[in-house]
Amino acid sequence: MKLRIRDVLVPLSTGLVLTSGTLLSGCEPAATKSFQAGFRGTGMVQVKNPHRTAAQAAINAVPAALPRPPVTPDTPLAGATLKNVQVLKDVPVPEFTRLMVAVTAWVAPQQGCAYCHEAADFSSDALYTKQVARRMFEMTRHINTDWHQHVANTGVTCFTCHRGHNVPAAIWYKNPGPEHASFYAGWKDGQNAPAESVRLASLPNDPFSTYLETPREIRVIGESALRQDGMGSSIKTTEQTYGLMMHFTQSLGVNCTYCHNSRSFFSWDQSTPQRATAWYGIRLVRDLNYHYLDPLGSIFPPVRHGVTGDAPKLNCATCHQGAFKPLNGVSMLPDYPELKGPVKVAAQQQ
Amino acid sequence: MAEYQNIFTSIQIRAPAYAGVPLKDGSWIRQGKPWFSHLFGRFGDAQIGPVYLGFLGVASLLCGFIAFEIIGLNMLASVNWSPIQLVRQLPWLALEPPAPKYGLHFPPLNEGGWWLMAGFFMTSSVLLWWVRVYRRARSLGMGTHVAWAFAAAIWLMLVLGFIRPLLMGHFSEAVPFGIFPHLDWTAAFSIRYGNLFYCPFHMLSIAFLYGSTLLFAMHGATILAVSRFGTDREIEQIVDRGTGAERAALFWRWTMGFNATVESIHRWAWWFAVLCPLVGGIGILLSGTVVDNWYLWAVKHGVAPMYPQVYPHVTQPTMTGVPQ
Repeated sequence: MKLRIRDVLVPLSTGLVLTSGTLLSGCEPAATKSFQAGFRGTGMVQVKNPHRTAAQAAINAVPAALPRPPVTPDTPLAGATLKNVQVLKDVPVPEFTRLMVAVTAWVAPQQGCAYCHEAADFSSDALYTKQVARRMFEMTRHINTDWHQHVANTGVTCFTCHRGHNVPAAIWYKNPGPEHASFYAGWKDGQNAPAESVRLASLPNDPFSTYLETPREIRVIGESALRQDGMGSSIKTTEQTYGLMMHFTQSLGVNCTYCHNSRSFFSWDQSTPQRATAWYGIRLVRDLNYHYLDPLGSIFPPVRHGVTGDAPKLNCATCHQGAFKPLNGVSMLPDYPELKGPVKVAAQQQ
Repeated sequence: MAEYQNIFTSIQIRAPAYAGVPLKDGSWIRQGKPWFSHLFGRFGDAQIGPVYLGFLGVASLLCGFIAFEIIGLNMLASVNWSPIQLVRQLPWLALEPPAPKYGLHFPPLNEGGWWLMAGFFMTSSVLLWWVRVYRRARSLGMGTHVAWAFAAAIWLMLVLGFIRPLLMGHFSEAVPFGIFPHLDWTAAFSIRYGNLFYCPFHMLSIAFLYGSTLLFAMHGATILAVSRFGTDREIEQIVDRGTGAERAALFWRWTMGFNATVESIHRWAWWFAVLCPLVGGIGILLSGTVVDNWYLWAVKHGVAPMYPQVYPHVTQPTMTGVPQ
């Protein structure tokens, strides 16, 4: 039988191209664009997927601000006029009412005022949602006052996380791992399952309770050329850090080189300024989870608890939701300055 | 002659089945009645069997089977004994080494104990197979080049899974048995030790790896290109003038001014292949035991270039006056 190279190669290569094209098209819905973000040749590149950015445009759209009511220095303040106002006391009543209307649209557009307030008596604290909302106002003011290093002057409002939902789209609970039937085999070491939390990698899949609740060293890379005392971080610890970093990239819609120079992940002097912002972000998230969300566990009803009975907590995705600047960097604070608020570091009370 | 312009074997030469040269030693004999497969003949020799299994072969296969079962059944247990989930999640599943807290002690069965046993049986299987390769070569009066090439691969395997963990004092440092998990382990290893691309042994290993593929492509292509002259088969090729083998040599001498010989090309290929895992293993062995950050090592020794600073200077942030 005569078999020419051409006879084999042509169908073979056509088949390869078609197969790989089909397979790859399953991975990325549209062509990506890459942008140079550092010195040439260093691989400091950001990859953007226009398809995904377009899909995100809707959730990142900022709602129109409500018209500002006329306020004079003589306008009475909410704390003096209304009953049981504990956080927004310093806000003039018309501004207070306007904020309440805005928050209703941001957090409970379907349920309206009654989501938090008892219809008969708005000052009552009978509903758990009212108590949680009060704490959330304190938290918002705390972030805008004390965490400039992460939120700068852009700041946050209720909408940054809630976006029209009672519960923000991205929250986390302690993950006890998959149930498995046998005690003598099948140990997974908290990893090796396609978990959303680590972008479907097989990495340790609960980086949140490991790193985002209480302080724990995230950096694992040796800081001297040769080994010093002790072995330093283990490979297993490194995998946990790696899992957390996967969460970062997913939440912000970026790749490693948004913050790190991948030739030397640990060097601060080769990192982008965003790495410092992220560093404060990690501390911010820990602060909020430890001082604000965890203590709310006793106020939340069981339906809001995780499988281990813990309160819902936040991570990078809670605010960022796929954008490296939440709401694409648009600040809503100029329209709602009362959320900047006076300093009231309630965190210390815990 | 067009039959010889092929990339698959299109000609099958059939002779009566041949049991092979007499065995010099060994209590086992070759087993099975030889038969012919046209399909196999398209890729290699059409004659299948007889095979020599022997004690070492049986012991190796048994150990390998035990290791495979320990790994596979643990994976199955980790998905609640669901065969469907085993198939769906297979790339993610693994048998993990114990936690760092166990050091070199024997951990509980379900927290790394199975991993140690799987590693033991896999290593036994591989080592028994190595002895088998050595003994079979000796039995045929051959040199033991195959065994030593295999030993180079075993060296890397042992460094990754046993020798380096021993030196570090922790079995937790070893590689998990799993498809994605061992890749994640590899990436984490490089990150932990400051980027393995700056490790000179890793550089050498890559050079030998890519070099091996280059040499194999050159050699394979050359021999196929002169197979129309019967170069792949005839003994007189290496002594007569004007043969296909000489054309093959001339081709490279004309192309790049230098050519390997029929013998030395295989020496080149053997050394490239052997050095790839050999030097790679040295790089792994030094990571964490001697060198803690290969990037800083490369900076210290003038290997890593510096690039112009294009970002505002970033320093390690600290918390001041902010509630943590």
